[in-house]
Amino acid sequence: MNQWKNFSKGLIKDNPVYILLLGLCPALGVTTSAFNGLGMGLATTFVLLGSNIVVSLIKNLIPDKVRIPSFIVIIASFVTIVQLTMEAYMPDLFDALGLFIPLIVVNCLVMGRAEAFASKKDTFSSAIDALGMGLGFALALTMLGSLREILGAYSIFGFKLIPGATDGMLVFVLAPGAFIGMGYLIILFNYLKKKTA
Amino acid sequence: MAKKESNFLNMVLALFIVTAAASFILATVYNLTAEPIAQARESKRQLAISQVVPEFDRLESKNFLPPGGGDSLEFNYAFRNDEIVGVAINTWTNRGYSGRISAMVGFDTQGNIIDVVHLQHAETPGLGDKIQKGKSDWSDQFKGLDPATADIRVAKDNGDIDAITAATITSRAYCDAIQRAYDTFKEHFLSQQPKTEEGGLAL
Repeated sequence: MNQWKNFSKGLIKDNPVYILLLGLCPALGVTTSAFNGLGMGLATTFVLLGSNIVVSLIKNLIPDKVRIPSFIVIIASFVTIVQLTMEAYMPDLFDALGLFIPLIVVNCLVMGRAEAFASKKDTFSSAIDALGMGLGFALALTMLGSLREILGAYSIFGFKLIPGATDGMLVFVLAPGAFIGMGYLIILFNYLKKKTA
Repeated sequence: MAKKESNFLNMVLALFIVTAAASFILATVYNLTAEPIAQARESKRQLAISQVVPEFDRLESKNFLPPGGGDSLEFNYAFRNDEIVGVAINTWTNRGYSGRISAMVGFDTQGNIIDVVHLQHAETPGLGDKIQKGKSDWSDQFKGLDPATADIRVAKDNGDIDAITAATITSRAYCDAIQRAYDTFKEHFLSQQPKTEEGGLAL
């Protein structure tokens, strides 16, 4: 299998959020700013990498009927490790993202890759797949977060674009803006996918 | 290696091994991080105290029950040359948009608010989290207020505080926490200070 293709498919062709429509709950919920989107994306990438590697290593030891509960335990363990480590060694980042970390457990992207990819393929391919999908997820969340922050607060990564302007189009920071922004980004990614295919 | 068959023994064994390994790993990580986490929390508390009271050389902590009932508040008396220069009160409210908010409120000995910093909250990111100092300067409006004369409620409730746009509930909750700190402070500090001739309070 071509590993570059395996890696790059997560960015546009099979982008987890805009093409596969996986993990929409965190994608809509946490992307009120570009920084939140990026942080959530990178934390998810780490969990995805860990769970994909472990699942592909032990896939033959787990009987089919109990594979889902086993995967959930593995994923939840990685999430807890991320949470504890972040609180201990990166308290500032934890302040910003702590609320969202436990949400990664219920991100169906992580479960989906464990089930659809890692439980069938070898460890190296699974790790590459996790990196590609995770970075695609981080890219998707950062894009949506930037869009909402630019329109909703006239700033990007906390830097004001228009000095003195305090409140932007508030609807984009609120829940409806997440759906509107995501709708247009889904259009964009499907257009890009058609063009590159 | 062939895939394990889904019979009873295999399933029980597989689940047992996976959960046992997960517990072991998590216990190890917890033990490794317990101390740094406690340190991080303690330094956060120290930092919060030093942000809301004037420079001090000694701290003394004591807990008091708020007059309205509920969990006790932690009073951190800040001393300089054995004189109290301010009191940092660890206060809380349950009226937040999502759960409890805790904050550190600093008072000078006259009962004026020196500053307020949040300690913990779970408010909506991008809206309610503007109570955090780094996210917006909203909480600066409490600086220097005397709750005896100023009304610590949002403007919608005829108070003197401008609410955060689209986060009135959070703003109300923050005011509630500060009011709770002041009420307790009044009962356990201000009312026990002897009055001076000018009508002010002296130590």
